[in-house]
Parts: sequence; C-alpha cells; structure tokens
Amino acid sequence: MKHPITLDINGERYEIAVEPDDILVDVIREHLDLTGTKKSCGSGECGSCTVLMDGLPVPSCLILALDARGKKITTIEGLSKGGHLHPLQRAFVEKGAIQCGFCTPGMILAAKALLDENPAPGEEEIRTAISGNLCRCTGYKKIIEAIETVQK
Amino acid sequence: MAEFEYFEPKDLREAFGLLAAYGSEAAILAGGTDLLVKIKEEIYEPRYVVNIKRIPGLRYIIYDEEGLRMGALTLFRDITRSDLIRDKYPALFSAAQRMGSPLIRNLATLGGNLIQSSPSADSAPPLLVYSAQVKLVSSRGERTIPLEDFFLGPGKNARSPDEVMTEIQLPAPDGQVKSSFRKLSRRKGTDLAMVNIAAMLMLDSSDGWCADIKIALGAVAPVPMRAKKAERTLVGKKLDLSVIREAALTAQKEAAPISDVRASAEYRLDMVRVLTEKVISDLLNS
Repeated sequence: MKHPITLDINGERYEIAVEPDDILVDVIREHLDLTGTKKSCGSGECGSCTVLMDGLPVPSCLILALDARGKKITTIEGLSKGGHLHPLQRAFVEKGAIQCGFCTPGMILAAKALLDENPAPGEEEIRTAISGNLCRCTGYKKIIEAIETVQK
Repeated sequence: MAEFEYFEPKDLREAFGLLAAYGSEAAILAGGTDLLVKIKEEIYEPRYVVNIKRIPGLRYIIYDEEGLRMGALTLFRDITRSDLIRDKYPALFSAAQRMGSPLIRNLATLGGNLIQSSPSADSAPPLLVYSAQVKLVSSRGERTIPLEDFFLGPGKNARSPDEVMTEIQLPAPDGQVKSSFRKLSRRKGTDLAMVNIAAMLMLDSSDGWCADIKIALGAVAPVPMRAKKAERTLVGKKLDLSVIREAALTAQKEAAPISDVRASAEYRLDMVRVLTEKVISDLLNS
C-alpha cells in the first residue's frame, strides 16, 4: 500500500508516494533522479550511498523512505550553489582526490559533516570520519589531503 | 523485498498494542542497521515493522549516584560523544568507537545492538563487566533483568515478542576501578570482531593485589560471556606475569568459538589467550 509522504531534500520538498519497503537510496536515485548518491554494497558498509540526515552522514541504503519523513536530507547535489563548487568539491578536484569518482559523493558528505562539527580536524580525525567510506582507487591519501586543506 | 505493513507509534502504549496484536510477526525498527540488512537479504521477513524512533523519551544518558541509565534508543554516536561515559565507563566508550562505522553509529542504537544478540556485539563485553541490567516493558508490566541473563543464544534473547527494551542500567563505578576493551578484527573500521574482550579491575589500594576483576568475551561462544573461571584465578592474587598467563589459559578453556568467514576456531582460541593477557596488562598500566 502506498503511503504519501513529503521528503525534504536539499531544501526542496518532494511529494511522493512510497511503499513501506522502499529504501531511501532508491527513492533518491530512481524516483527523484538524484543519481549523485551511489549504490554499491546495499548493507551499509561501503559508504557510497552516504547522505546527510539532519546534518549527520548515514547510509541511505539502510533507511526506509518512510523513515526519512520530516528529516532534512542533503545529497551531493545540494552542496554546490548556483553552479559554484563547495570548497570541499573544489579541494577534491584540485588535490587529485577523484579517480573514478564513485566514492566521491559519500566522501565529500562525510567530510562536510566532520568540518561542520570540527572545523580544524587533524589527520586521525579525518581518517576516522571517512572510515565508513571505501575507495578502491586512490589509497585515500589525496582524499585526506583535500579535506585537510579545507578549514572553516 | 518482502512486503510488510509499517507503523510509527507515537508513544509506548501504542507500540505495546501493536506488539501485543502482532507478536512475533512484528519487527521493532530502531536504527535499522541490522534489521534492514536482514530484510533485504530475506533472512528475516516480518509482516509488520514497528518504528519506535518517533516515541519520545527513549534516547538519553543520565548519571547520578546510583549509576548510569541509557535509553534504549541511545545512538552509538551519542556514546562516543559522552565525556561522562568516556570517564566513568571507558570500556563502553572504546567499544562504541570501534563498532561499525561513523555512518552506522549515527543510526545504530544501544538497545538494537543488544536485541540483535549477536555473539560478537561490541557493546556486550563492556556492559557485562559493568554488570548491566536491561529494562523490558510491555502492556503486561515491566521487568529489569541482568544482561547476563538476557542473551540466550546467537540471535536469541529473553525478550518476549510483546516487550520493548526501554533502558540499559549500569551501577556507579567504584572509585578505583579501571576498565579496558579490545576488539580484534581484520580491518580497523566497519568489521565484526573476530574476538572482542572487556575487563574491569579493582586493585586493593594498599598492596596492589586484585580485589575484584571481571572479564567478558565476545565472538567466541554462542553468547557474549563472562570468563568467570579466569576471574576466580585472579581474585586475591598479585597480578604478575605467571598469574596473568594462567588466567589467560583458563579463559581459553571457557571459550567455545566456531570457525567462520572471519576466523577459525583455533585462531580465536589462541586470540582469547593473547587478548586476555593484553587487556589485563592494559588495566595494570593505565
């Protein structure tokens, strides 16, 4: 049975109807065409589906769409403003922290949440903050450097 | 995915009514980091999902002279950001830091970790050495039982289908206790334990012998367990290397691990010995 709900994503309100077993990552990607959020392991371990929910990075593959009602969701699409890259996005580009790009949306959102809470993190804190996001390409070094260069 | 009906009770009474009606066909949804995986992989196909996160008053960390009370919806994230738990229950603090990943910790609840009753639950060894109790409530009333009596087998516990775990209680720590937690896993992040262990030590202040010690092991038996025989070899003794070694060998005999994708039983047994020695050394050196 479809439940009508409103989802608040990147400051926009989306009125949709979802089944109880619809997963947030699928609703974001398929219903709403916001494909910046990726899908990989489906069990909350790889971090490619990371979104911010009320500012905290969470695996959207483990959240029922119905459960996201009333939360402020931020996807990677919500970071750039008026065509201008967020400082984290620019740092990732400039530091060579992007190879295939698949982990990048999740990495940037995890990093954004870190900087929102701790504007000047040390390397260990950065490593911990991204420890839920797997990267198969870069070996993480450039990702950590990119985050280090962004101070709020 | 399997079909289910979804409910968001606004208070405990409404939740009790749903659980009383739907019983063992209903799954309680808290953080969902275990439940959603099981539903997606069709390991578990509940006909009803009862999301209790909208019920107020189940997420708190309160400390007074009697001890610590944590609401069952306390997030692992909350624990890792609690100076109080860091200072007074450091083994629980360490375990929370090592559980899952930061993303998972932003959803996963302490109550959920206990309800899933995995033998390798990271919160279990610390809670066992701290003599935790859990409160279970239903429309029939409420009861508080020792965590030690809660785990009954892998994925099995003493909760009745109509009950909600609402609170986890820890007694106030005795002034001089030290506690420690270690988790052996293949990866530093986002991995289940091959073996995890917690220990709590009270030294006699005058002479430095062991007045009391509690040791709990996870992932090496059907349930998280206290190594009580090992504990008894240590109480009343000065903790030198040979005493510690003997205790570690005793703990090894109490463990009954299985071989699985993460480790063989033989390796786990060997690591029980190694980690018991290490965690006791942690306590003596801290």
